[in-house]
Amino acid sequence: MLPPVFGVLFDGLAYGMLLFVLSVGLTVTLGLMNFVNLAHCAFAMLGGYVTVTLMNRFGWPFLATLPVAFFAAALASVVLERTLYRRLYRASDLDQVLLTIGIAFISVAVAAYFFGTLQQPIQTPGFLRGSADFLGLALGKYRLFLVGVALVVTILLVAGLDYTRFGAQVRASVDNQRMARGLGIDVDRTFAVTFALGSGLAGLGGALAIDIVGLDPNFSFAFLVYVLIIVSVGGLGSIAGSFAAACLIGVSDIAGKYYFPELGAFLIYLVMVVVLMWRPAGLFGKR
Amino acid sequence: MSTSPLATNPQAYLQSASRWRPVEIVFWLATLLPFYLLPDYLSLASQIAITALFALSLDLILGYGGIVSLGHAAFFGIGAYSAAIFSKFVMGEPLVGLAAAAAVTGIAGFASSFIVARFRHFTLIMLTLGLGLLAQEAANRAHWLTGGSDGFQGADIWPVLGLFHFDLYGYTAYGYSLAALFVLFLAARRMISSPFGLALRGIRENWVRMPAIGAPSRAHIQKAYTIAAIMAGIAGALLTQTTQTAALESISFQRSADVVVMLVLGGAGRLYGGLVGAVIFMIARDQFSGIAPQYWYFWIGVLLVSVVTFLPNGILGGLSAIAARWRRK
Repeated sequence: MLPPVFGVLFDGLAYGMLLFVLSVGLTVTLGLMNFVNLAHCAFAMLGGYVTVTLMNRFGWPFLATLPVAFFAAALASVVLERTLYRRLYRASDLDQVLLTIGIAFISVAVAAYFFGTLQQPIQTPGFLRGSADFLGLALGKYRLFLVGVALVVTILLVAGLDYTRFGAQVRASVDNQRMARGLGIDVDRTFAVTFALGSGLAGLGGALAIDIVGLDPNFSFAFLVYVLIIVSVGGLGSIAGSFAAACLIGVSDIAGKYYFPELGAFLIYLVMVVVLMWRPAGLFGKR
Repeated sequence: MSTSPLATNPQAYLQSASRWRPVEIVFWLATLLPFYLLPDYLSLASQIAITALFALSLDLILGYGGIVSLGHAAFFGIGAYSAAIFSKFVMGEPLVGLAAAAAVTGIAGFASSFIVARFRHFTLIMLTLGLGLLAQEAANRAHWLTGGSDGFQGADIWPVLGLFHFDLYGYTAYGYSLAALFVLFLAARRMISSPFGLALRGIRENWVRMPAIGAPSRAHIQKAYTIAAIMAGIAGALLTQTTQTAALESISFQRSADVVVMLVLGGAGRLYGGLVGAVIFMIARDQFSGIAPQYWYFWIGVLLVSVVTFLPNGILGGLSAIAARWRRK
C-alpha cells in the first residue's frame, strides 16, 4: 500500500504532462525565432473546440478526433504565420506581444460567439473512465492515458530532433541562426514547419485538456500563464527543460492546491519569479 | 538639417522640444468642456482622466524607456488599496491620502525596479507579468485587509481641501482628477524634455551604448520605473477617492493589458499618446457597453492587430506622418 502522497504526485505528473503537450510548441518557436507568441493557447483552444464539435455534433469517437484537432490547429497556425506573424519576426517584443495578444482576444470572442461562454461537456469513451487500482492507489485511467500520450509525443519529438535531417536543421537554427543560414538551411521554412508542428501539438493538448480542466472561451488566457511559466522556467528552445518544468509546475500546482489551498495560485507565480531571477534563461536555457 | 543651429546647440534643441505648441493649449482647454457641454458624463470624464494618468505613467517606462510591462496595474492597485486603507484607518483627507499612496507605491516601485532593471526582452516581460500576478493574488488572498473579491469596505473620503464634497454628478471628481492629471502631466513633460528624458530614449534605442557616453542605463531605468510606479499609484488612489471604494479589478491583469492597448493605440513614446488612447478607449467602451464584454474584446483584438500591422506608431504617429507629408508639399 502506498501513502496518498503518491496519488497527489501522480495527479500532478499527469497534469504536468498535459501542460507539457500544451507548451512544448511555444518553447521551440520562442527558442528558434525569439517570437513571443501569446496566442499559442488560442491554437490549443481551437483544437479543443474541434474535438467537442466532432464528438457532439457528428458523433465521432474521441480518439479519432485527436488527429483532426492536431491538423486543424496546425493549419490555422500556418495561415496566420503566412499572413500576420511573418512580418514581425524582426520587430520589437512589444509589437509581437500586441499582435499575438490581439489574436488571443479575437479567439476568445469568436469562441464565445459560436459556442457560448459555458463549459463544453464531452463524453470520454468508457475505457478511459474510472480508475485503475495500483498498489492501493486509484489512478485515473484518463490520466494514465495522458501520461502515455505525453511520453509518446516526447519520444517522437526527441527522436525526430536527434535523428532526422529536419531535426538537425532545427537544432542548427536554434543554436546559431546566422551560421545555419550561411550553411544554406532555409531557416524561415524550418521555422514555419516547426511553428505548425508546435501549434498542432497545442491543438492536441487542448483536445486532451477538456476532460481535466474543461473548455470555455477563456482557455486562451487561463492556460497562457501556465504555458509561459513553463517555457520561461524550462528555458527557451529546450525540450528537456520544458519537460522538467512542466513536471515541476504540474506537481507543485496540484500539491499546492491539495496541501495549501489558501495560497491559491500564489505558489506558481512565486516559483516563476524566483526561478527567472535566479536563472534568467530558465533552468535548462543556454543563453 | 545637419547645419541648423538646433543640431549643434543642445540647449536650443531641448528648449525647442519643450516649447508649448498651440495644439497642446487647445487640448488642455478642451478638457474643461465637459463641465459645460456634457455635465451628465462627468463621472466618465473623471474615469478617463484617471486612466489617462495611468497610461501616461506607462508611457514613461514603455514608450520612453522601452520596458515592456504586462504588470503595471500592480502599482495602480497598490495605490488604490493604499488610499482606501489610509482613509479607513488614518484620515480621509484626499491630498494627504494621495501623498500616502504615492509613498507606498514609490517604495514598491523602487523595490521592484531592482528586478526590472536587470533583465531584458522575454525574461523581462515574464517577470513583470509574474510580479503583477503575484500582486493580484496577494490582494485577493489578503481578504482581511482588502476585502478580496467582495471589494473594499469602509473607505471614508473627506471633501477636497475641506471645501468640495464628492458629489453624485462628478463635478468634484472630474475637477480633482483633471487637476491631478494636469500637474503630473507637467511633471512628466518636464522630465521627458530634460537631458534625463533624452537619456531614457537613448537607452530604449541602445541599452549597451548609453553607459559608454555617460548615462548609466540601469540607474536611469530604475529612476524612471519608480517615477512611473508613483504616477500609477496616484492614478489608483484617485480612482479610490472619486469612487469611494477599491476593487480587485484595479489590480488585475486585465487592467495591465488594457493600459498597454490604450497606449499603443494612441502612440507609445509620445507625451499625448497615452492621453489620446485613454480618451478613445474609454469613450468607445462606454458606447459599446451594451454589447457583452467578450465581443468588446473582439474589436480590441482587431484594433491591436491592425495597429501593429498598419499603424506602427499609433494614431498620433499616423497623424504626425500625415502632417509631415502635408508640410513637405
